[in-house]
Amino acid sequence: MTGGAEIGQGGTQHTTVIRIDDISLSFGGVNALSNVSLDVRNDEILAIIGPNGAGKTALLNCISGFYKPQKGEIYFEGQRITRQRPDKLAKMGIARTFQNIELYTGLSTQDNIMAARHVFMKQTFVDGAIYYGRSRREEIKHRRVVEEIIDFLEIQSIRKQLVGGLPYGLRKRVELGRALALEPKVLLLDEPMAGMNLEEKEDIARFILDVYEGQGNTYPDTPVLRDGIRRIILVEHDMGVVMDVADRIAVLNFGRKLAEGTPVEIRTNPEVIEAYLGKEA
Amino acid sequence: MRLPSGTYAQNYGQDIAMVRTRSHWIFLAVLMVFVFTIPQWASNATLALATIIGITIISAHGLNILTGNCGMVSLGHSGFMMVGGYTLAILCRSAGLPFWVALPVAGLVAGIVGIIFGLPSLRIKGFYLIMATVAAYFIIHWLVLQFRSLTGGTEGMPVPAPDLFGLSIRDKTIYYYVVMVLVVLATVVAKNILRTRAGRAFVAIRDNDLAAEVMGVNLFSYRLQAFFIGCVFAGIAGGLSVQYYSFANVEQFPFFDSVWLLGMLIIGGMGSVSGVIYGVVAIKLLQQLAVKIGPSLAELVNPQAAVGLSLILPSVAIILFLIFAPQGISHMWERFRNYYQAWPY
Repeated sequence: MTGGAEIGQGGTQHTTVIRIDDISLSFGGVNALSNVSLDVRNDEILAIIGPNGAGKTALLNCISGFYKPQKGEIYFEGQRITRQRPDKLAKMGIARTFQNIELYTGLSTQDNIMAARHVFMKQTFVDGAIYYGRSRREEIKHRRVVEEIIDFLEIQSIRKQLVGGLPYGLRKRVELGRALALEPKVLLLDEPMAGMNLEEKEDIARFILDVYEGQGNTYPDTPVLRDGIRRIILVEHDMGVVMDVADRIAVLNFGRKLAEGTPVEIRTNPEVIEAYLGKEA
Repeated sequence: MRLPSGTYAQNYGQDIAMVRTRSHWIFLAVLMVFVFTIPQWASNATLALATIIGITIISAHGLNILTGNCGMVSLGHSGFMMVGGYTLAILCRSAGLPFWVALPVAGLVAGIVGIIFGLPSLRIKGFYLIMATVAAYFIIHWLVLQFRSLTGGTEGMPVPAPDLFGLSIRDKTIYYYVVMVLVVLATVVAKNILRTRAGRAFVAIRDNDLAAEVMGVNLFSYRLQAFFIGCVFAGIAGGLSVQYYSFANVEQFPFFDSVWLLGMLIIGGMGSVSGVIYGVVAIKLLQQLAVKIGPSLAELVNPQAAVGLSLILPSVAIILFLIFAPQGISHMWERFRNYYQAWPY
């Protein structure tokens, strides 16, 4: 499928981007995650799968700074990020989408994506109040990037519509656009295809692969679209999609990591089969 | 903004401009001519009403940024106006500063006080934050009464009316122009803040604070910025009000004004800059109407009860808007415009 996949299956020359080191997270008496360790490498789409309540989203929330694990550390490019504020992580280059779409319903599609350019802007509200000069220049400059993302996701027709009134599939796409606008080094996708029909799933899968591979000279001025995002973590229920898209898969069950490996390894792993299908009596 | 068919933007600069079509320019020009010719034909009472409406618009712009856009409901706005009012009074009277120096300082001081009382917003939301802002109002009220030597306590303090570029602003007509220039300025500034980086961050916090944080918005900083900006507007409005009456008094900033300001946002349309103007004008005119028709109802209602009419009329209007048009006049206007743009289809 991708160049990354082939190297991923063959070798060890990958550098680790995110290292999750033995983290545990509990809410009261419930252990959402216990002693989970996982590496996210360069040039791979890593899928995290598992039954409901396995701790997939909890793990994503730990990486993006929502939850602070009680034990263990998370490192991003060698820096410890375990107890970092979410907005700092966004600036460092970690972006995500949510399982239940979390857009700014009172803003238009264009402004939702523009709002994610926040971290790249330097203007203060004083510049904004004066508007002419710095603020206007910056607005126009970032609008260009936003338009490229809108073009890439094929959502031109809803550019000026409030996202609150958009259908589910389009809102999912706008949310992906908002994450892209952060130009992240790592992209976390929490069930991007939940609740979609086959056709919509195919659309999203194509977008994910296009984002991963990069669009080259189609978008020469927008680095995130030109070069792609070479590390994607995908939480997804649809096995078909996961097996086709992912380079590597980690399986969680009851907050523990059950297995980790290539799709072929996972498909034949007896423990995984047991967790998903149950044991033969 | 929905534009008539055939209006194209050839670059992003055009696309983000506020005034796009010829009818926009005409509408704007007519509005400006109307606003700045009011003193030519209006009676003293009308001019006074227009001045008060102007001052209230400036204050409501602040609350619109804080509550309408950043989603933090404040019932302390009248208190922050009081801070601005007394700052101007003290600076003009005791420190002898000219009006045009004291007014921005009044705004800044109110903004800083706003940041202090905005600190709880980092921990609490919704109803609890409302209670905290109510407390803010009464703390400010108490402080003003407590430091009598500085503020004159319950008696209040007179404020001198210095000259502004050689014109005495004691003259109500001149003062009206001063207020209206500031109203135009405040409206432009509010709109500009709301359509750029900070404004998007405010709405992001209002609509989804958790997502906003994950998308790189520093909640701590931006919540306080919203309080600061909102209270600067309040402080300037408070200063203008004190200067208008040439007197600073706690009675001038009743707690209930904060409630009316929220009502104005509801009627105009929460979060909308033009809605602020519609809402303030609507409620002020309704209150005026109640005062006008009150005496003619003297035979029907108890004279003491007739006083309540100026409270009931705008309150009923707010309730009706909440039920039938929760998005306010600005949204109704938009719907009407979309209708006539598409007419006869």
